[in-house]
Amino acid sequence: MVQTQGVRQLSYIQAVNEALRLEMRRDSTVIIMGEDIAGGGERDDFQDAWGGPMRLTKGLVGEFGRERIRDTPIAESGFMGAGVGAAATGLRPIVDLMYVGFLGVCGDQILNNASKIHYMFGGKVNVPLTIMTGTGAGTNSAAQHSETVYSVFTHYPGLKVVVPSNPYNVKGLYAAAIRDDDPVIICNNRQLMGVRFDVDVPEGDYTIPIGKADIAREGTDVTLVGMSYTTRVCLQAAQELEALGYSAEVVDLLSLSPMDDEAILESVRKTRKIVIVDEDYPRCSIASDVAALVAEQAFDYLDAPPKRVNPPHTLVPYSMPLEALFVPTKEQVVAAALEVMQ
Amino acid sequence: MAGYTELTKESVLWMYETMVTIRRFEEQARREADAGKLRGIHSSIGQEAVPTGICALLRDDDYVLGTHRSHHHCIAKGVNLKEMMAELLGKATGTNKGKGGTMHIADIRKGMLGANGVVGSNIPVATGVALSAKVRGTDQVSVVFFGDGASSQGSLHESMNLASIWKLPVLFVCENNRYAESTPFEYSVAGGSVANRAAGYAMPGVVVDGQSALEMFEVAKEAIARARAGEGPTLIEAQTYRYMGHMGADDPLGYRTQEEEDYYEGRDCIKRMEEHLLDSGLATESDLKAIDEKALAAIAEATKFADESPFPDPSELTTDVYVSYP
Repeated sequence: MVQTQGVRQLSYIQAVNEALRLEMRRDSTVIIMGEDIAGGGERDDFQDAWGGPMRLTKGLVGEFGRERIRDTPIAESGFMGAGVGAAATGLRPIVDLMYVGFLGVCGDQILNNASKIHYMFGGKVNVPLTIMTGTGAGTNSAAQHSETVYSVFTHYPGLKVVVPSNPYNVKGLYAAAIRDDDPVIICNNRQLMGVRFDVDVPEGDYTIPIGKADIAREGTDVTLVGMSYTTRVCLQAAQELEALGYSAEVVDLLSLSPMDDEAILESVRKTRKIVIVDEDYPRCSIASDVAALVAEQAFDYLDAPPKRVNPPHTLVPYSMPLEALFVPTKEQVVAAALEVMQ
Repeated sequence: MAGYTELTKESVLWMYETMVTIRRFEEQARREADAGKLRGIHSSIGQEAVPTGICALLRDDDYVLGTHRSHHHCIAKGVNLKEMMAELLGKATGTNKGKGGTMHIADIRKGMLGANGVVGSNIPVATGVALSAKVRGTDQVSVVFFGDGASSQGSLHESMNLASIWKLPVLFVCENNRYAESTPFEYSVAGGSVANRAAGYAMPGVVVDGQSALEMFEVAKEAIARARAGEGPTLIEAQTYRYMGHMGADDPLGYRTQEEEDYYEGRDCIKRMEEHLLDSGLATESDLKAIDEKALAAIAEATKFADESPFPDPSELTTDVYVSYP
């Protein structure tokens, strides 16, 4: 990777790996469980064979060993529940749910136990569980391996949900999630893993607070709200809008639950127009939620109705030309921005 | 804390008192439900011996995880009766501050990590509790109770496999009371045995008379020793019987025979323990009467405490959702 002067560039994958490594060094109660996260199981001759399909955990078993880096059988309900139980009794487990579509296999453990134990037990038991999961379309993987569905987790009280958008914020959000005393789901969009970012990633450990949005770009004419991969799309659209003579502000949500309502409202009070860009299915999506927030709490400031850019109400197709029609694009965002600025 | 290691006069009398206390608690809970103070309970009457024989061997820092039918697990693990009864009535002084109720009683101080209303849901959690003990390097054990209905859930099979390959200190205890709500065990469990399923996961699978606390104790003793020694999990199938309906409102004679009920009630765990105590000279009739009176007094005190306790403050609706939420 070409280094920009004075900037420590890492890929998204390297940043995640570094965050995990630093947190495991810092706290001996942090363990990681998941399918193929090291690879090779307990075979001495094939250690660190895999590192997960995205290589997020590559190399960790060499430093931390099999007691703390645990390849699991393919049993999402079993090992997700084990993460809940371990979290309730003194560990800070990180469970790798390879793709978020596998929520369907372990939903009971996340939605009935992780989210509810603290409340049902009168606040007397904490579940400091971190779930990391692969999200997003654009990888020719069809409907079961391409969803985002973060809105499902966000819907459940008791869960926190973060949606990093670059190597800098993913590193800080991992540290914050692992140290948090509530269950936190980290959505890693796979399209962010293969691209280059000109952001500085400090070498040491740092946290980014869960529940705070980032103003990824300041502007005055229109607010573009992004999350995870769509923040990147919004930044690209903002550049194009600039060439057309418009100043777009990009609010990178970073966290969906809690959500930084005030950052959104503050931006829209300034720009008076908002476009929310969300890769999730449109019904009951984050985009819908933000649109409702703005309609309820900033209606008098709006020059135009809030505009949502979601995929259509359909599933993620396999065929690449079709799939390209699913994920929100820069062109769609620019068109939506021009529409609300008319 | 029980923490007994052998069958002695002291441990056997503890088991007797525990079973009597469970039964008297459940009778009172039924009355509270009939009086409309709560909507209903899943009564554990008939199944008292199962957790009692096991919990006699457990320390406070060992863990128990239960089911929707878990009052007996809680009492056997030493949860405070007053706080339990207050929880049933939804009071602020309850074990869970009135937020969990009859199906979710938990008391971490006593190692009771919660009943759970979703059938089979706690089995993976208990496996993770055992993993935690192993990673932290303690000799704690984790015991999860579940019914014959839950034995068909994938969560049990995934957990037995995981616990076996990782040699986790967990006891999988099936309380086979013969009915999943109204569905008979013979119909729903292929092969007619839960214990046999252990073979597929390379762990011991033991069938035990769940209407005998003494037999439960002996089987659990071996399984707990095995768990503490790092040798891995055990599956125990305790054959028992639920005397009441699934949740009280249903009449079990709609799906089982009077003859069958009479058979199991004839093998009642408390009656048999009384016979043992009297025959072996460990207690006299008046000793037993005194124990029952003590249990009744404790339940009366618990009920008074629950009745006099306040309901949670309205502000409690939205507290405890998170540890912190900006």
